[in-house]
Amino acid sequence: MSEPDKKIEYATEYKPLHDGPIRLARGHRIQYETVQGCDVLLYPEGVVQLSESAAMILKTVDGQKSATEIAAALMAQFPEAGDISGDVKSFLEVAHARGWIA
Amino acid sequence: MHEGGSPSPIAMPAIKPPLWLLAELTYACPLQCAYCSNPVDFNGHGKTMDTETWIRVLRDARSMGALQLGLSGGEPLVRQDLETLVAESTKLGYYSNLITSGIGMDAARARSLKAAGLDHIQVSFQSSEANQNDEIAGMRAYAHKLDMARAVKAAGFPMVLCFVLHRDNLHRLREMLDLAIELEADYVELATTQYYGWALLNRDRLLPTLEQVREAEGVANEYQARLKGKMDIYFVVPDYYEKRPKPCMNGWGSVFLLVTPDGTALPCHAARQLPGFEFPNVQTSSVKDIWQTSDAFNRFRGFGWMKEPCLSCPEKEKDFGGCRCQAFQFTGDAAATDPVCDKSPLRHLVDEAVSSARSTTIEKPIIFRNPKNSDRHAIKLAELTTPR
Repeated sequence: MSEPDKKIEYATEYKPLHDGPIRLARGHRIQYETVQGCDVLLYPEGVVQLSESAAMILKTVDGQKSATEIAAALMAQFPEAGDISGDVKSFLEVAHARGWIA
Repeated sequence: MHEGGSPSPIAMPAIKPPLWLLAELTYACPLQCAYCSNPVDFNGHGKTMDTETWIRVLRDARSMGALQLGLSGGEPLVRQDLETLVAESTKLGYYSNLITSGIGMDAARARSLKAAGLDHIQVSFQSSEANQNDEIAGMRAYAHKLDMARAVKAAGFPMVLCFVLHRDNLHRLREMLDLAIELEADYVELATTQYYGWALLNRDRLLPTLEQVREAEGVANEYQARLKGKMDIYFVVPDYYEKRPKPCMNGWGSVFLLVTPDGTALPCHAARQLPGFEFPNVQTSSVKDIWQTSDAFNRFRGFGWMKEPCLSCPEKEKDFGGCRCQAFQFTGDAAATDPVCDKSPLRHLVDEAVSSARSTTIEKPIIFRNPKNSDRHAIKLAELTTPR
């Protein structure tokens, strides 16, 4: 996995999630665990068990799509779910505040 | 014996898999930090395990569900087979964390660890100021540490910087956090010294005052707000100044499995000091038996072992009665309420430790962690924790 060698820019105030391309933060990865029976998010010295919907959203994060495009992709994949763009975006906002995505 | 599927004769809550395997690969370390989490009598312990045995431990724990692997020590870089162990952990699907002082690293080794699939490196600093850092470490290390932190980032690793905090360096917290920003740390662990083993020997010299702690808390909060989403900062107030105990290891035998260099399996760093225990060894028992059926790992699981005031306390599921080792160190009884809790009838013992530290001046010599002091002080520590 190659990471762009980009200098981290430290904000003086927290900036909400942008609408540009989103990627998993450096050192984060998702893998399925048979013992736990779910997907987990792994990062330095930490692990989070993901709900099915959280895993679905994070697995759509690919470094190319924006939050709007991720919501659109999921709605195309699950048309029966209706308009979930608000839910997807608020989850991504939480994930961003926790440093899981950048 | 654990028989799959058959109902257990004793009503026990289901044992969840260990999430964390901390592999203490060696007690050898060029540093001599006076708060080291290794046991004081480390020099008298058994032979350090070889590559094949460690690989078996990695495989067994992973099949039990372990996910996070800490490669620690001593200084894990001392081991020439570290890359082999990392490559195995990558193959097994661990998230691998190297916990190092940076001594023994160079840019080439950082790259070879990256190639072996290592996920993350935690570099510890003793201070943000060169002389103080080297004084606490007992060797000239600071300049090399700075270079290695840069090499870690250049090799593409996420990096945690760990600063161990105590009375002598707490006033430099702002400087430490600025250093972390300069070195582009992804996480900063402001590790308040925990008073076990070496740190317990040196407690009078290391325990900060309440005023120092409150000021540091303010600084940590300020930087946390500033760097939200960019750099995670963990800061925990030393538990001696809290009214409730810490949920130690998230519960005994709950998520954490530590294996020492000689293969002893422990539920935490300090448990080996507890009397009346026979801690199992990975060379003679399977990781599965150790985790699920050994007396040592089951002793403080659930709530059945608790005494009052814990037993009837509504908060017992939150803090599990605190730390068993701390309870033992203060009261001589590992099943007692952690006396940090202000519901403990023995809370005054913690307050006395705080006063004792407060009246201790910097003239009192610090006992450094090295083999010579290990032999000399192993007995002294036993006296310190004798029941009163």
